[in-house]
Amino acid sequence: MSSLLKVDRCTIRFGGLTAVSNLDMTIGSRELVGLIGPNGAGKTTVFNMITGVYQPTEGSIFLNDERLNGLKPFNITARGIARTFQNIRLFVSLTVFDNVRAAFNLHLKNGPIHALTRGGKFKREESDIEEQALDLLKIFNLERFRDVMCKNLPYGDQRRLEIVRALATKPRLLLLDEPAAGMNPTEKSALMTLIEFIQEKFDISVLLVEHDMRVVMGICKRIYVLDYGLTIAEGAPEEIRRDPKVIQAYLGE
Amino acid sequence: MRHARALLAVFLVLLFLFALFIEHPFSTHFSYYYDILINIGINIILAVSLNLVNGYTGQFSLGHAGFMAVGAYAAGSWSTHLGPSIINLLAGSSGILTPLLQPLGIQLAVGDNVSLLISTLFGGLLAALAGLAVGIPSLRLRGDYLAIVTLGFGEIIRTLILNIDFLGAARGMSVTGTYTNVFWTFGFAAVAIYVVLGLVNSTYGRGFLTVRDDEVAAEAMGINTTKYKVIAFVVGAFFAGTAGSLYAQFTGYVTPEGFNFFKSVDVVVMVILGGMGSTAGVVVAAILLTILPELLRTLAHTDFVPALQTSLESVIKIHLPPLQGLLENRLILYSLLLIILMLTRPQGLFGDLAGSRKRVAPPASK
Repeated sequence: MSSLLKVDRCTIRFGGLTAVSNLDMTIGSRELVGLIGPNGAGKTTVFNMITGVYQPTEGSIFLNDERLNGLKPFNITARGIARTFQNIRLFVSLTVFDNVRAAFNLHLKNGPIHALTRGGKFKREESDIEEQALDLLKIFNLERFRDVMCKNLPYGDQRRLEIVRALATKPRLLLLDEPAAGMNPTEKSALMTLIEFIQEKFDISVLLVEHDMRVVMGICKRIYVLDYGLTIAEGAPEEIRRDPKVIQAYLGE
Repeated sequence: MRHARALLAVFLVLLFLFALFIEHPFSTHFSYYYDILINIGINIILAVSLNLVNGYTGQFSLGHAGFMAVGAYAAGSWSTHLGPSIINLLAGSSGILTPLLQPLGIQLAVGDNVSLLISTLFGGLLAALAGLAVGIPSLRLRGDYLAIVTLGFGEIIRTLILNIDFLGAARGMSVTGTYTNVFWTFGFAAVAIYVVLGLVNSTYGRGFLTVRDDEVAAEAMGINTTKYKVIAFVVGAFFAGTAGSLYAQFTGYVTPEGFNFFKSVDVVVMVILGGMGSTAGVVVAAILLTILPELLRTLAHTDFVPALQTSLESVIKIHLPPLQGLLENRLILYSLLLIILMLTRPQGLFGDLAGSRKRVAPPASK
């Protein structure tokens, strides 16, 4: 299996604190990988490192053999990595539809001049984007909220909208940061189905950070476990479940 | 937006016809209202362009008067010095083109309107350049920090002008060629409105709104937030520059003091009062806030006010401080009105920050 993302011995230090140390991680194409660990283990830092919010102090990150170090977040998104956030970060003053349409900005061929001349090329692209955004909303059963301000959506739908928005950037790798946070068991089950559905339907890889063991163990093929910035285990869900170091990190001595 | 271009064209044609009529019957009485009319147009340009920066893109700029000053002085020097020297250089007694033109009997001259258009665009472009120069280094800052930097920029421009003798320093600069009229002022206002609305109502322009809402999320969606901020800044500065140019070529005289910090604040007040990110609201606010101080001035000198005072005092049997005096201090009243407006409608006249676009209630159930 060819690797899509390769994190090569990456370390991040904030002053004296080593948030992530010597992380090695590979994600193959069309793979569903989990990243777990107790609070403060450095999971979100790994996300921020992959998406360019933080630069690794040491080590390199590659996407399809292209080095991502030094690129800005928007450059990295343009190369095919999209993410959601632990605390929902939608564009609060926009409608559901506009939130999704905004994410098409990335692949836009028209510039500001076209927006003013409003020629045929501009109109074609706008209606094309409209159609694609609507299709995406339909897939996730959100089209009935089309013109609703996104902040008025129910919590679970806001989370799903964030995923839709990320998918609108046409990623090859989708990073989900605690998508199940604040969801009840029924919603969690639905989420698990949804993530597997996304992975298949859009033919992409998914890296999932999650606290909820049931969700991670249920859908991930491979799992990385972080504790205090160190990778303490890696493997299939069954191995992780039995790993003494993981048990110790989660439950104590 | 669909018919916006047609509307713009119709508006400009009407304006042109109107300008033909209004320009000539010039009486002294009439020119006071004419003054206010032009000021309304200039303030609309200022407020609409600042709204792109402060309202739609969410970057708090306090330097609009600085860009206006750049435009005003650039246009002033163009129409007073640079323009005539270039004409002279080309077609003067020893001009470059004179040997070519003279045998043909061609006289090179620039009409009033062309002169105005050229110097206004020149003022706008220089202001846009200034916007670029300020924008690129300072737009990494956010919120209050950006406000302070832009405020500093405005003061630097003012102080620079104050010390450049060529521009008249503290004496101010006389501008020859006062060709600003209703047509050009409202023409530029219409163009400013069209450009801002056209930009914002597109997938490209939705980038401005995402920068305002959440920069981190915008970057994660592949949006180059710095680029958007700079574009908003440059476009805003360009129109502030044209407003300054029109102003300079209307009054025929500009001083650095005309572009101080309070001028910037005036424009910010229009934007906030109109509702951040609502172009219609900002236009209404610009009109209201230009008329209101003049209206209060007129009100203070009517017979109605002393009469009202006498009848009031006869009813409540208490001597009141002279109302006329209060009204003559119209700026106090003006400020009071602003405070009341902000207390009762903090989101602005038309605004609600969460989008002046349509809002639909969520469907009841699945």
